[in-house]
Amino acid sequence: MDRLVRNLKEVYKFRVLVQNLVSRELKARYRGTVLGFIWSFVNPLLLMVVYTFVFGFILKPKDLTIGTSWEYALFLFCGLLPWIWFSSSSIESANTLMINGNLIKKILFPAEVLPIVVVTSNFIHFCFGLPILFIFMLVLGKPPTLFALFLPVVLLVQFVFSLAFSLLLSALTVHFRDIKDILGNLLTFWFFTTPIIYSLRSEPILKYPILQTILDLNPMTHIIEGYHSCLFYGSLFHWKKLGVTLLVSLVFFIAAYAVFDRLRDSFPEEV
Amino acid sequence: MAAIVLEDVSRVYQKYSAKHRFQTFKSAIVKGDLFRSLRPDELVTAVDGVSLTIEKGETFGLIGENGSGKSTLLKLVAGIAKPSSGRLAVDGKISALIELGAGFHPEISGRENVFINGIMLGLTKKEIARKFDGIVRFAELEEFIDAPVKTYSSGMYMRLGFSIAINVNPEILLVDEVLAVGDASFVPKCLDRIDDFRRRKKTILFVSHDLATVGKICDRVAWMKDGKVRMLGEPKRVVDAYLQDVVGKQEEEFAERQEAAAVVAREAPTDVPPEGIVPTVSEDERREQRWGKREIEIRKVILRNAAGEEKHVFHPGESLLIEMDVAAREPNTDFVFGIGVFTSMGVFCYGTNTSLEDYEPVSISGEGIVTCRIERIDLINGTYYLDIAVHKRDGYPYDYHRNLTTFFVSSTLRDEGIVRLPHAWEFPASVKMRKLE
Repeated sequence: MDRLVRNLKEVYKFRVLVQNLVSRELKARYRGTVLGFIWSFVNPLLLMVVYTFVFGFILKPKDLTIGTSWEYALFLFCGLLPWIWFSSSSIESANTLMINGNLIKKILFPAEVLPIVVVTSNFIHFCFGLPILFIFMLVLGKPPTLFALFLPVVLLVQFVFSLAFSLLLSALTVHFRDIKDILGNLLTFWFFTTPIIYSLRSEPILKYPILQTILDLNPMTHIIEGYHSCLFYGSLFHWKKLGVTLLVSLVFFIAAYAVFDRLRDSFPEEV
Repeated sequence: MAAIVLEDVSRVYQKYSAKHRFQTFKSAIVKGDLFRSLRPDELVTAVDGVSLTIEKGETFGLIGENGSGKSTLLKLVAGIAKPSSGRLAVDGKISALIELGAGFHPEISGRENVFINGIMLGLTKKEIARKFDGIVRFAELEEFIDAPVKTYSSGMYMRLGFSIAINVNPEILLVDEVLAVGDASFVPKCLDRIDDFRRRKKTILFVSHDLATVGKICDRVAWMKDGKVRMLGEPKRVVDAYLQDVVGKQEEEFAERQEAAAVVAREAPTDVPPEGIVPTVSEDERREQRWGKREIEIRKVILRNAAGEEKHVFHPGESLLIEMDVAAREPNTDFVFGIGVFTSMGVFCYGTNTSLEDYEPVSISGEGIVTCRIERIDLINGTYYLDIAVHKRDGYPYDYHRNLTTFFVSSTLRDEGIVRLPHAWEFPASVKMRKLE
């Protein structure tokens, strides 16, 4: 625990670096592209169009609370945006130590800065997507309610969880390059076991409580449900479940950080 | 006051075996030996029990062959690598010129990279803003600073990296071989900056293969070999000892090459007399060759120094004896012995023969040793090839050795050209000069 506090203090000293690396990341990502920052909106938009078409029009949603296909599109967007944040953070984290290998080898700075930068820059991307979502809601005549103000709580939970997962991935991938390949499959599986394209209130899930239990074991379920509550349903999130998720995320974070710290000295040689 | 103290510091590198690489993540989890399986199978000791104390304000040089542990030692001091055992204490802010421009992002401008790199090296944003103009001016990049770094030439890249690092204004500066890549005008500028550091009594740890610079700017020098400090002390003495060692190694290498060349010569066909008087081999085809019917044979060529020791490496000013072990199949009255010295680029440095120097052949029979004694081998640093031949006065070759004998002139002087002409400088009273040791 002492170590954790000391490490966090050290990282805090490098906050300006994190800040600069994040802005570098954002600037560099779309440099040279014609649309530039617009891609931050276009990417989830395109994905949403596809999913809405397939799951909204062709396969009708089996949830009585979601009426029209347009409403479904909105529901989808609420879950898709944070999921993209989570999945891109994970994929990029798995590579970040290797990509920045020559930094780790040549310059003295805490390596955890790199996964932190990945999660943060993807978070900012996520934030760019929010205005689109809000515009979308207004257009569809379903303006955000005051419960949207609870969003930061959900963001915090996801940030902690995402960071924990990223720390673990980045450290382990240095030693097990297979993780990169496993991860792609894992995330696909994970995506479908999280209520993003379907809702927890859909018929089959209500019918089989075992499905409900299984989904409850997935921390991302509660995080995404948090977004749905704040934005789509306009109600208070299930604070008990989200609270437990936060607790689990914190424990996971401490454990992941310990693994990262344990492997730290091997990075300069192995990346 | 000591700036850097190392007590019995070792760094063991972990070589994970190929077998381990293929071990999957799953098996590591299933067996529950994630950490145990990360244990190294093989160890490489890069730095082996080094104890050093570097005083504040001292310029300390590290020399040694590649792989002797110099850079690892520097990384330990910089804190990038941790010692496996031993104690290491550093007192003062460090800036490490280990790799210039490490961490530059190619897509963003030089300006933004200066800020990010500066922050990584421990400056605050405010400090960088204050020093920004100086950094850019020193790097001579005023016009390009807003262009993406990917458009920079490698020289520009390096200049910017150096300029940032030197402006961190550390108390301890670590320099690793970075000056090797600069162009002719930038290197003196860098050295000047390093000199400035010296004058301001900052501590410098300097790793270089440029022995002349090391000898000139360092107060003390350590020679590292196989991870250990082989010798420590006054620069000139240590550099000399190191050079002696290197020369010894070169000797061995040359001896090996000589043997290899001899094998080639034996295998080469012996009866290929060239058409013309002078063999028409173009300069770039100066391969190892031997021709002639060997009516008179040069059986062996040995190079010796003045003391009569067999040598392949010589220092400028030393004597070089070329001994040819010759044997005539039948008594003969028409023969000339000749030598030619070529650089590794095939440039003809010098050639002569007995006929040109007005020796009239009278007779040769049986065997004996012909010696050509070069009083002073005043050539510049480099490898040289010898042509050695015995032929008729009209050029018909009996035995012609091309490039079969090589020697190396090892010199720390930086003069240029081919031949080091014997010379001395003289100055009038109005010109004052001081000879650097």
